[in-house]
Amino acid sequence: MTEQPGWLPQAHVPVLRLDDVLLVAIQGDLRDENAERLQYDVLQHIADSPATGVVIDISSVEVVDSFLGRVLAEIAAGAELLAARTVVAGMRPTVAITLVELGLTLTGLRTALDVQSALRMLREHPAPAAREHGERGAYDYDRS
Amino acid sequence: MTTTGPDTHRGSPTCLPIRSDMDLMWIRQEVRRLATEVQFSLVQQTKLVTAASELARNTLVHGGGGHMEATVLHDGVHTAVRLVFADCGPGIADVDQAMSDGYTSGGGLGLGLGGARRLVHEFRLESQPGRGTTITVLMWHGGVPPTRQAL
Repeated sequence: MTEQPGWLPQAHVPVLRLDDVLLVAIQGDLRDENAERLQYDVLQHIADSPATGVVIDISSVEVVDSFLGRVLAEIAAGAELLAARTVVAGMRPTVAITLVELGLTLTGLRTALDVQSALRMLREHPAPAAREHGERGAYDYDRS
Repeated sequence: MTTTGPDTHRGSPTCLPIRSDMDLMWIRQEVRRLATEVQFSLVQQTKLVTAASELARNTLVHGGGGHMEATVLHDGVHTAVRLVFADCGPGIADVDQAMSDGYTSGGGLGLGLGGARRLVHEFRLESQPGRGTTITVLMWHGGVPPTRQAL
């Protein structure tokens, strides 16, 4: 493949695993095809591993249109079916303003201001599977 | 008086094809560049690029592809960016229905047209069944000036 200008996205978005949590950092503009592939990749990772949480960092995403918004919501919904909880972290204020005006308020999608708060949220409110299976000791299971 | 008179200065338009999801990225990039060039605020930039992305995807998915023409307009005092999305697809039979939130013919969320209209200052849709659709949007720097209708 020829070298691309810096603003073009990488071929696909890597999914990292930290203990029970999958971490996905979307960098810059995402091609539709890669957004759909990310959806599959995340769910496949959950199925392959005992991940109970997913954090999607969108702090470097300048534009979330209804397509990407839908993909984020569908990743969260799919993860939920696989007993994992998703938190979208770091949305820019300009993106939030635009999504509201667009009519895409993404109710039901958990959000956090940054990755650290997202990880804290997952620790404090783990998915049901994480509470049931005591072997995943990284979490505090006392949910108030 | 409108801003469409002969004294309205128009920058030379740029024309980009809309044939694939890769082209949608080029459209977002070009609209972002123009919005930055005319010094739109960060919120305005984001709104315009998002609207462009919605409309370009409409052109691609519903219109079977087409092109976007972007022009910077100056009337001496105010600056605007005008984007025209054109396709030769099947057209829209019921424009009111297509504009309403929640209506979708393509499996999306049905927010594309209505949502894009809310993000810009001026919005015009022309469509004839069987002969394609042209959507023109305009965003003014800093807000809508008193003399409107520069479409």
